[in-house]
Amino acid sequence: MIPTKPAKMVNIKINGKSVEVPEGISVLKAGKMHGTKIPSLCAHPDLKAWGACGICVVKVEGSPKMVRACTTTVVEGQNYLTHDPDIVETRRTVLEMILSNHPNECLTCARNGNCELQTISAEFGIRDVPFASGIRRLPDDLSTPSVQLHPSKCIGCGRCVIVCQEMQDVWALEFLNRGDQTRMAPAGDVTLAESPCIKCGQCSAHCPVGAITEVDETRRVWNFLRQTDKHVVVQIAPAVRVALGEEFGLEPGTIVTGKIYAALRRLGFAKVFDTNVSADLTIMEEASEFLQRFTTGGTLPLITSCCPSWVDYLEKYHTEMIPHFSTAKSPMMMMGSLIKTYYAEKAKIDAKDIISVAIMPCTAKKFEIQRSDDMKSSGMADVDCSLTTRELARMIKQAGIDFKNLPDEQVDNPLGDYTGAGTIFGATGGVMEAALRTAYHMVSGKNLGSLDIEAARGMEGVKVASVKIPTDGLGAPGKEIEVRFAVAHGMANVRDVMRQVKEAKAAGKEIPFHFIEVMACRGGCISGGGQPYGSTDEVRAKRTAGIYKDDKNAVIRCSHENPWVQSLYKDFLGKPLSEKSHHLLHTHYVPRPLYVK
Amino acid sequence: MTLQELRAMREAGKKAMDRRIGGDKTIEITLGMGTCGIAAGAKETLDAFVNELNSKDVRNVVIKQTGCMGFCHSEPTALVKMDGMPDIIYGNVDAETARLIVHTHILEKKLVDKHVFDRPSKDIVKEN
Amino acid sequence: MALSNFCLVCGGTGCESSKADEIFKNLKKAAEELGVGNQVQVVKTGCFGFCEKGPIVKILPDESFYVEVKPEDAQEIIAEHIVKGRPVERLLYKTAGQVAAKGEHDIQFYQKQVRIVLRNCGIINPEDVQEYISRDGYAALEKALFEMTPEQVIAEVKASGLRGRGGAGYPTGLKWENTRKTPADQRYVICNADEGDPGAYMDRSTLEGDPHSVLEAMTIAGYAMGATQGYIYIRAEYPLAIHRLEVAMKQSHEMGLMGKNILGSGFDFEIEIRLGAGAFVCGEETALMQSIEGKRGMPLPKPPFPSVSGLWGKPTSINNVESFANIPVIILKGAPWFAAIGTATSKGTKVFALTGKINNSGLVEVPMGTTLREIVYDIGGGIRGGKAFKAVQSGGPSGGVLPVQFLDTPIDYESLTKVGSMMGSGGLIVLDEDDCIVDVVKFYLDFSVEESCGKCAPCRIGGRKLLNILEKITKGKGTHEDIDTMRQIGFAMQRASLCMLGGTTPNPILSTLKYFEDEYLAHIDKQNCPAGKCKDLITYTVIAEKCIGCTVCARKCPANCISGERKAPHLIDQAKCIKCGACYDACKFEAILVS
Repeated sequence: MIPTKPAKMVNIKINGKSVEVPEGISVLKAGKMHGTKIPSLCAHPDLKAWGACGICVVKVEGSPKMVRACTTTVVEGQNYLTHDPDIVETRRTVLEMILSNHPNECLTCARNGNCELQTISAEFGIRDVPFASGIRRLPDDLSTPSVQLHPSKCIGCGRCVIVCQEMQDVWALEFLNRGDQTRMAPAGDVTLAESPCIKCGQCSAHCPVGAITEVDETRRVWNFLRQTDKHVVVQIAPAVRVALGEEFGLEPGTIVTGKIYAALRRLGFAKVFDTNVSADLTIMEEASEFLQRFTTGGTLPLITSCCPSWVDYLEKYHTEMIPHFSTAKSPMMMMGSLIKTYYAEKAKIDAKDIISVAIMPCTAKKFEIQRSDDMKSSGMADVDCSLTTRELARMIKQAGIDFKNLPDEQVDNPLGDYTGAGTIFGATGGVMEAALRTAYHMVSGKNLGSLDIEAARGMEGVKVASVKIPTDGLGAPGKEIEVRFAVAHGMANVRDVMRQVKEAKAAGKEIPFHFIEVMACRGGCISGGGQPYGSTDEVRAKRTAGIYKDDKNAVIRCSHENPWVQSLYKDFLGKPLSEKSHHLLHTHYVPRPLYVK
Repeated sequence: MTLQELRAMREAGKKAMDRRIGGDKTIEITLGMGTCGIAAGAKETLDAFVNELNSKDVRNVVIKQTGCMGFCHSEPTALVKMDGMPDIIYGNVDAETARLIVHTHILEKKLVDKHVFDRPSKDIVKEN
Repeated sequence: MALSNFCLVCGGTGCESSKADEIFKNLKKAAEELGVGNQVQVVKTGCFGFCEKGPIVKILPDESFYVEVKPEDAQEIIAEHIVKGRPVERLLYKTAGQVAAKGEHDIQFYQKQVRIVLRNCGIINPEDVQEYISRDGYAALEKALFEMTPEQVIAEVKASGLRGRGGAGYPTGLKWENTRKTPADQRYVICNADEGDPGAYMDRSTLEGDPHSVLEAMTIAGYAMGATQGYIYIRAEYPLAIHRLEVAMKQSHEMGLMGKNILGSGFDFEIEIRLGAGAFVCGEETALMQSIEGKRGMPLPKPPFPSVSGLWGKPTSINNVESFANIPVIILKGAPWFAAIGTATSKGTKVFALTGKINNSGLVEVPMGTTLREIVYDIGGGIRGGKAFKAVQSGGPSGGVLPVQFLDTPIDYESLTKVGSMMGSGGLIVLDEDDCIVDVVKFYLDFSVEESCGKCAPCRIGGRKLLNILEKITKGKGTHEDIDTMRQIGFAMQRASLCMLGGTTPNPILSTLKYFEDEYLAHIDKQNCPAGKCKDLITYTVIAEKCIGCTVCARKCPANCISGERKAPHLIDQAKCIKCGACYDACKFEAILVS
């Protein structure tokens, strides 16, 4: 937690023009800040410079050598030449080399139209490749329900491996072999499903080409919609509403909830529900679970479990922490089981005739719906298919819907109207904030003075803070409890939090936290592996702002105040942690081996 | 070890190296036993020296190993030092040549034809 | 009466061809005739090197060195030198200064090799620390620890002008200084013993012959830089070197020359051996550190340089075995002594592994500035089998091929780079007229492609493209556009590769396109391999007039494709011929034609 201090500036020249840039940044970034685009294929703002592609070469005046703009730090006084005939020739040759080994399958590629290699080739005006083709035909890895590997298309940029190892600390992907036989694949050359992969899909989100993609199920959903004897319903996750607009030319963070409802109806879904409601429900269950453990000396810290990648990760890497895991299902799965029980009952439809689809910012959700038998609490698959935001965008385009000009429509109830607490699930810290809003009320009998818990928000990898809650509501006026919490996002940031807890437990010391929220993806679901391409911190900030705006705009901002949730308990579930709740809304966890074989 | 002990060891060693041979051992054979020498058969050469010296009952010879002398074209190599003879580096010392060296050089005090090599350079350690 | 003199006649190939045999006989005859047959033994020797001045006769024990001896000089040598004890002045080797030489210390010839790095190799028992100590071993450490400050040690190394012997030639002292300057709680010293160029074995031999010199130097480096931990990264393919290092490390621990409080100085230093799996790229320093850290050996972008952020993010100095082996001598004899050897910008000596079509292949150590000609002809004894010199390949797969007009190039970092090759780690491979340049270059490309780590696109893809084109050319299917394409790829690889392995992969091609373009064109335009090496471009046929039908070729042919009756001309079935050349080598009647 290093406080960000204003950066020292250095004076450099870019193509002879004097500019001032922060100390320590790369030439690539300096160029971008001052309107000079240096082409590159492997550099990504999320990742350390790796220097693999060789496209971003520039010269430093006074030296005939070329250096990589991505890995060269600006030095006071130097003049960087970013474009000259030698540089362009070098870049073009390297690009031609890469193209000569890349399958010419743009038309049927998942990345057709948003491929970074396609874009740069267009800019360089490559019309034919002077080198003999060296395309390798490697088998695709279709073993997981979430992401697929198409190694033949890999350009060796290394982003996926760095993401998997350093950003996510999963170490499923590795480079295998050497030289021109190098390929990215699960370490040990097992299939992805047999590897420690947690299906977060960050590799697919960072891949510049179509070498790693989400499993596309749009055709499957179209086929559901073709079945006239079926009642096809859909739910949308919090983070989808602030990102989908990007696919249609809107700014990141634009809230398009009403347009999504409208679009889904036009696609043919019978009912449109909102996962934000079940997020509210999750809070009711999880906050109750927390307080039960807190007040009765149960296992603490309690760790959130709405992120399926995190669930997979914990079951593999931190098995001894399983008792700490909240047994509450994710909002998507809660919604799934309620659709086929509560809603089916209310609408008087045979659950067997309902097909339940979810629109998620996430690739791991595709895995989660078949994670264990607990995901069939209605007696059948609670969720039949989970699409990513990217897939929904494709369906809307396929249907010819003019998304930008759609009217805002309303959601369907009883599983539609949500609170601000439900919507902030989409950003890191949101679950914690929502849970504390409700826990505060449960303990003190009143709402927090300011509902914004700023300490839980923001892009810091691990956020630690505490909230003091008067215990009036528990019949102990004048006293208060202090809830210490930690919020981690970006899987690699979890390591330190888990270490602190384990060390304290092993030493018999007071645990450092009571409540921990973990989201696998940096920034939370707003930059999930299934979101529109191009998630950077800049984009994340905008999407996050959209999420908190949605919360601010909400009339009701606490889950316990959601009238639809209240009536759900009254009519159907009884109370939080009731037997019915346990059956429909909770799950259990088992240790899993890192490698299946 | 202290500094004094190191110095004492160096001085004692220098005398020994100059005399080269101590006690009842008056003849020294140094075999080049780098990877190159061993690959070229230096181990067989070593065995041949030992067996030949035993069978001829020559007891005043000490056999040592050293690293590569640089004569890759003529491995294995052996340096023979004894009183009354110049120090000689022999090259291409196979088992047969080893027996010849014992017989001709050590016992007859004559050089073995066609196997003599020259030192590659002067010794900078002994300079000044 | 015992023998009092030995008369050594050089029996090397060069001298043999210039009548050494006659000299040998005449010397024997003269000794008998003059009645000293029982005082002098005339023997033939292996090559002395220095073939330029052959035939050579050397008299022991006084070490008189006679050059350009003629058969008729034999009588005088015996009569004057052996009988009367007076050297024959006119035959003695003279230096430019006209001083008649007698005894090794006066003979400039011995200066052709100056053994600093190899000072103990071939002299001491590498597994006996006492012998190392007896030859001033650990005296430099003693001097550094007790008489010098770390800054003084660095200043001495800087003043010596020592540059990295791994190939790049970065000043060693500067590297140490940069490492010391970076603030840190720990610094590391790494010895790069991941020697991997084809045909290079300088470092292996140094470690096998004198392991303590490297340990001593690393400890001095640790003291100078404020590091307490060193690593030796060595390939597992060097078991003997590893064994001797382990023995040496055990000895130095036991003797308090390594570990805590070395020699009571208060300085601690530990060394660990890390074994590499033999990937060439792990000789690249950032890849090497990745490998030590347990990661896949792939180069990282520089900067940051290891001296700022190296092993585990700490300042690290990585020096090559040969660089280290120089250090104790520099400390002990002082920078001026060392700097007096070599050229203006390249000081000291360089060890070369001299191989190829040369008479005396071997490990040679010469002062910087020695010419290629001196190495090839004086030390190496010239080309094997009297064939014509074609070129010398230096710098391994990263280097270039230098034709005959560069034989007088002095060996130093700048001169070699200027003519399109590089110092490299020290492999020198001599090529003769039977070597096809395109084929040799293909060999190096094959190596570089095989050893590419696969990280950066220019190296990963470009190397293979170049190799494919070379294969095309050696099959006679190349085009003029291919030459342009190779230049295009080479240009980009040199500029856009991440590390030097990729950046130098095209060097063998680019340097030979400069000096041997004709040979490429012969393959392309005439589908002809002038050296007769490229199998797809040659045919073996029997010259019927010369064939006597001895059947030797038919019996030697591994493909059983030669037929013919006894005493009748034979015939090679071209469809089955695998072009191994066995028939050509076997035929005593020159009846096999290679075309």
